[in-house]
Order: sequence, then C-alpha cells, then structure tokens
Amino acid sequence: MTRRAVITGVGAVAPGGVGREAFWRTLSEGRTATRLISLFDAGAFRSRVAAEVDFDPAAAGLTPRQIRRMDRAAQFAVVSAREAVADSGIELAALAPERVAVSIGSAVGCTMGLEEEYVTLSDSGRKWLVDHEYGVPHLYGYMIPSTLAAEVAWEVGAEGPVALVSTGCTSGLDSIGHAVQLIEEGSADVAVAGATDAPISPITSACFDAIKATTPNNDDPEHASRPFDGDRDGFVLAEGSAVLVIEEREAALARGARIYAEIVGFAGRSNAYHMTGLKPDGREMAEAITVALDQARLDPTAVDYVNAHGSGTKQNDRHETAAFKRSLGEHAYDIPVSSIKSMVGHSLGAIGSIEVAACALALDRQVVPPTANLKTKDPLCDLDYVPVTAREHAMDVVLSVGSGFGGFQTAMLLARPGTAAAAAGRSD
Amino acid sequence: MTVSTSTASTPTPSTSTAAPVITGLGIVAPTGIGVEAHWASVLAGKSGIGRIERFDPTNYPVRYAGQVPGFDTEAGVPSRLISQTDHWTHLAFAAGEAALADSGADIDAIPEYEKAVVTSSSSGGTEFGQKEMTALYQHDPTWVGAYQSIAWFYAATTGQLSIRHKMRGPCGVLACEQAGGLDALGQARRLTRKGARLVVTGGTDASLCPYGLSAQLTTGKLSRVPDPERAYLPFDAEASGYLPGEGGAILVLESAEAAAERGTGYGRILGYAAGFDPAPESGRPRVLRRTAEAALRDAGLAPADIDVVFADAAGLAADDRDEAEAITQVFGPRRVPVTAPKTLTGRLYGGGAPLDVATALLSLRHGVVPHTAGVREPAPGLEIDLVTDRPRELPVRHALVLARGHGGFTSALVLGR
Repeated sequence: MTRRAVITGVGAVAPGGVGREAFWRTLSEGRTATRLISLFDAGAFRSRVAAEVDFDPAAAGLTPRQIRRMDRAAQFAVVSAREAVADSGIELAALAPERVAVSIGSAVGCTMGLEEEYVTLSDSGRKWLVDHEYGVPHLYGYMIPSTLAAEVAWEVGAEGPVALVSTGCTSGLDSIGHAVQLIEEGSADVAVAGATDAPISPITSACFDAIKATTPNNDDPEHASRPFDGDRDGFVLAEGSAVLVIEEREAALARGARIYAEIVGFAGRSNAYHMTGLKPDGREMAEAITVALDQARLDPTAVDYVNAHGSGTKQNDRHETAAFKRSLGEHAYDIPVSSIKSMVGHSLGAIGSIEVAACALALDRQVVPPTANLKTKDPLCDLDYVPVTAREHAMDVVLSVGSGFGGFQTAMLLARPGTAAAAAGRSD
Repeated sequence: MTVSTSTASTPTPSTSTAAPVITGLGIVAPTGIGVEAHWASVLAGKSGIGRIERFDPTNYPVRYAGQVPGFDTEAGVPSRLISQTDHWTHLAFAAGEAALADSGADIDAIPEYEKAVVTSSSSGGTEFGQKEMTALYQHDPTWVGAYQSIAWFYAATTGQLSIRHKMRGPCGVLACEQAGGLDALGQARRLTRKGARLVVTGGTDASLCPYGLSAQLTTGKLSRVPDPERAYLPFDAEASGYLPGEGGAILVLESAEAAAERGTGYGRILGYAAGFDPAPESGRPRVLRRTAEAALRDAGLAPADIDVVFADAAGLAADDRDEAEAITQVFGPRRVPVTAPKTLTGRLYGGGAPLDVATALLSLRHGVVPHTAGVREPAPGLEIDLVTDRPRELPVRHALVLARGHGGFTSALVLGR
C-alpha cells in the first residue's frame, strides 16, 4: 500500500514571538515583526532593518551547556523541534530509534557563530593567519551546517536517516520534501523536519547590501517588507525556525493523532539561468507546481490558497505571479495569494518551513494570513494578495512555493485530512 | 474541488526501480586529476599529502594536507566564474566537465527536467568567506563583494553546475560532513527512480585556508604527527587522527534505461542506507553495523556477496575500533578485504565518499583492491583483513562503501558491476 506523509506536530520560533501560537497570532493579526536591527550595530549598512526573534534560550528551556555550544540557529531548531514533538503527542521513546529520521534545512548554517569566532581568531580581521588557539571547542561545529541536524537528532533521539539539506532559500521546503520521501519510501516512520537560519549578522547583511537585494527603507522599519506593493524595494532579512513532526499516515491514524495536513505533492525544478536572477516568465516554478499537482492527482482548480514566496523584490514578485498564472490558469485570479514575509521577513532557508507551518495552521484554522503593508499593488502583480487583513476562507488544498539563489524553485501541496483532495492520493 | 486526470505540461516520466548506473567519473583529488592519474597513484601508493601550499602553515600544529597537484584554475573554470566562486566550486567545475565527458551521454538530447544536480558540501566556500570577512572587518561593509552571497553558501556548487550544464530537474545539496557524499548519491538514486535520466552527483570540498584549518583543529581529530607518511594511519596501532584534504569526485548517475541504451557504465548503485549515532551519553551502540546491514538488505545481497569494503577509516583509535567491530559483526572476523586508499588523500569531507565510490568502481572494473598505503597491520584486537602493502588482485563483483560524518552521520552504499 502506498505510504503517505502527514503533519502531526508544529513548532516555531519566529519573529513576533516564540512558539506556534505566538507565531499564528502575528500572522492572523497581520502584525509586522520587522524593526531596526538590534543584534549588531548596523549603522554603516545600506539595509538596517530585519525581523528579529526576541529569544531567551534559557527561558526557552535550553541548558547552559546547550546554550554555550549551540549557534543561535541550532538553538532555534532544537526549541522548535521540542515544541513540535510535544504538539504531536507522539511518544518517540516508544519507537525503534532507527525508524525516526531528521531532516533540517538551512541556507547559511551556523553563520553567526562562524563570524563571531572569526572576529576573535583574526583579531578583527587583522590576521589572515588566524590564531587557532583562540577557537572555542565547538568552532568546527559552526563550520559544518550538519551540526544543526545533529543537534535536533540528539534532542529527539533519532537514529534513522539524518540530513541537513542546504539549497539556499528553498532549503526549508526541500528539507520537508526530503522527509516526505523518507516516509514514503519506507526509510522512516516518523521524521522531525524543518529548517532554521539565524543570519542577522554583519557579513550576511553586507553581502545582501552588495547586491542591493535587501530593503534600504530604514526610516519606516515596521512597513519595510512590502511584497507585491508598487513601492517595495527589496526583502527584509530575518531569522527563525519551524520544525514539524511528519508521520506515516496509517500509523498516525492508528494512534489517533491530530493531523494538520497531508503532504500530497512536492516537486523541485531549477531555472539553470542565473545564480540570483529570475526570468519574468516563471517557467520553472510553474513546472514545479504542475508536477506537484500531478503527483497529488489534483486539477489546478483544486488549489484554494497560495502561500507565495513573496520576498518583496520586484523580480521575484513578477516572476512568481507569472508562475501562478502559467500553472493555475485563470484560477490564479480566483484564489487568495499571500506572503507572510510581509510580517516575519525572509529568513533565507528557514522561511520555507515557517511557511509550511503557516499553511498547516491556515488549513487547520481555515484562515488565510494576509500580506501586510500592501497598499498599492504593482500593476504587473494583479492577483488577490489578501492585503493587510487576514481572511476566513474555506480551504482543502494549499500550495506553498519557494524560490532561491542557485535558481531553485520548489512547490509543495498540503491537503486537509479527510477531504477528497487528500484522498486523491499521490503518484510519482 | 476537482480531481485531475492530467495537467502536466510535460508527461510524467515513467518510474523505475532498476539499479541506476554510474557512467562518468570526474576526479580532482590529491591523487591526481582524471581517472587514470588517480588510479595510477592509488595502485602505486603515491601520496598526495604534502606541506600546505595555499598559505604558510608554519605556525599551525598541522602543516600537511592532501592537495590537488597541478590544478589549473584558468583551464578548469570558465574565466567569468573564477572570481564568482570559491576554490571548492572551481574543483567541482573541472570534475563535473570531466565526468560528463567521460559518461559519453548526449546531454543536450536529454529533456531539461530529467537531468539534475545533487552534490554534497561539508563546509562551503570557506576560503572565499574568510577573504570577504577580512574585507569587512579591515574596512567596512562596502568592501564586501557582490559574489559573497553566491560563492560561500553550501548550495553554490550545485547551483553553478545546474546553470552551466542546463540541468533543470530537482537539484539538491546534502551537508552531512564526510557521510554527505553517500547521501548525495542516495538522493541521486531516488531521483532516477522518479523519472530523472541523468544526475550529476558526488562532491568536493576545500577548506584549506587559515580559518578553515583552525576550525578543523578544534575537534582534536587532526593528527599532529609531523611526518606526513605517518600522520594518518587508520586501523594502525599508531593511529593519531587524520589529515584533511581538498578535492573529491563528481559522478554521473544515469537511470538503468538511459545507461542500457548506450551499454555503458562503471557499475550500479545496488543499495544505500543511512543512520545516525545516538548521543554518546545515551550508552546506546553506534549504528554503523545496522546501517551496513540495511544497505546490504536494500541491495538484496548477503555479506558473502561483498568482495571488498571501502572503510570510513577515521584514524582515531575509538572510531577505528568501532568500524572494525561493525565490519566483523557483519562479515565475520577477517572474512572480507577492507581497504582505505584515503590515506593518500586525507579526509576530503564532502568529496571523500564520492572519491571512495570512484575508486571502488575502478576496483570493480579492474579486479584489483587497492591497498591502505602506510598502514603495516591492523592494531591488536582489530579482526579485519586490511589490505596493506600492495594491491590485491581478485574478482570484485560487489563493493561496500562506508562513510561517517562528524557528530554521528553514518551512511553505506553497495556497488555492483
């Protein structure tokens, strides 16, 4: 019998508040969590706005040793994983540990720890031949992003396949897709899967400054993330994490688990065009969407809501608007499309998982999160982007998409459990 | 709500469970550039380990590493891309070109969405990142270049190879330290089962810059023995850690159907499995044995079918003992030849397992098991038949490749002719 993957637990550490319910309040109230950067002195930077998490690792339950050892991105992931496991109600200790998998996505890994240590070892950049003796014992753990997956695996006691997926800004969709593959092929029965990034640091800000990808709108930080708005001028850098518990459907049903959503389609395509540039036709993203629909055996008209990549750069917003029209046809005009990056910013690899978490909650609560700050649509972006205010909306199927450096385009389809869409099944 | 019959703009390709075939090898390693140079070095036991040349290592306790001899960046990398990418990606450009040429596949004839790139990366563009951080901290943010955003991150190599070779299928990057190379191949195999005809896979790494070496030193796993011939001696009583290296291998994996059309290939991926060691304080056993057995099961083979094991060979007494015991538990004491040609290259992280896979495929092809250069005999208590001293000729039908990554990542891959 075909094995299917369902979401039974959600954990989040997002700008606007730690925890799943705080995250949902931010989204459903349309509040923005963007502000002037406080994590470092950003005075010399072009973009000085970010969506930061007010995060106290001790209050979030981490031990002093975990706090000392873990980069901020690892701390987010472990706290999110704990919340997701608790939310799912699953008794992981009762399972064979080799049947538990972990799949964590991250675009830039432990970049904060790596940069902070560099400053010390190089004496603020003065020494090319850096002093290794100043390195903290876990410095190597910062250099390899796999540490993020290892920390989550230790936390949940997983001994099955453990992976760190790093496909830039689609990492968070791809890591969940990877977990779905593991469940479907039978390599695991449960996967703790999500993504994390904590990139609000000088080197990351500088590299996005250099290509003018981030917003220079420092005078109005609360309204700086403006996907699909005619006045938008770049994305707002963010941090955060979301981790889900994904289970094989029959096992989840057998234990009476609450199921947020079934993952019925997942496909990635690459534009093979440019590391950062996008063609305006949205061709490869459209293809990813079409393939995901085929896997789910769903017609484009089955899609009830699109959670857009919506980064707030001109080229992205036009690219994906074209992709939605290309893949969904006229139906694209009939359904809500929104970008939560308007509220929680763009946390690089993490945001894909944060957006899937938002989709699971949207399905569960039958509420579409809005696109905050959307006052005047870009005339070339002519869909219903759910401006400013959340909307009650009947949804069986939601589509989440991501687009990232390297040309990667990913689409994922979630279906509400017990609906015809979920029953349509999956093929690939 | 409508359930569809068909919406595809391109027909969904048929799926396949037949074992995919590795048809192309691109080797850029301390043992040489190209299949022939590498294989000759391996058979001759010619080490690629030498004093670090990319910077002055005098003040570091580790001064030796495996470096790619005579790599010509201008010849191997499109000129426009040299300044846009890190050395790690430079090596992968050259290896990728070589692998695709070696495969003989007509790349342009393959539908664009049925070819993809999945690589492993352990640490990204470390040297590029150090240079840009130097610019930032010695000067100001405006000194950071436009290419830091695309050169340093772990997906740089996959993205660049996808663009260069117009591969628009589902691309991926797995970062599981030294185990990641096998995980990339495992993912590439999945893609061939879901309609991909050709996947460029494998990986490289190159963190031989001062900051990269300094980070590696903090694990305490690098050997500080000052003699490059005696520093990395896995399974030996003198084991003192390992030396790092740069490079790796890019491989071309094709679906069984695609490879069958040309009747070509080095060997097939028959089995794959991955696991993760429990936290040390849990007191639970490590997972290498179970993972190797799962890979054999996946391949539908019994231990007696395996003719050689390419070991992870950490070079640390406890890790070597764990690996030797796992091999003994699966196969019985001294029942299968075990080898670790990586003593000639050092550990290559994301590039390490793909290079082992390439060497194992050459072993299958030539009926020769290369030796573990430098090691005289296994340490007392290690009940493995380690191939030492010289290569051993024997019919090789199937090979098992093991890889473990820092923190507990554990993967196993079974290859067959």
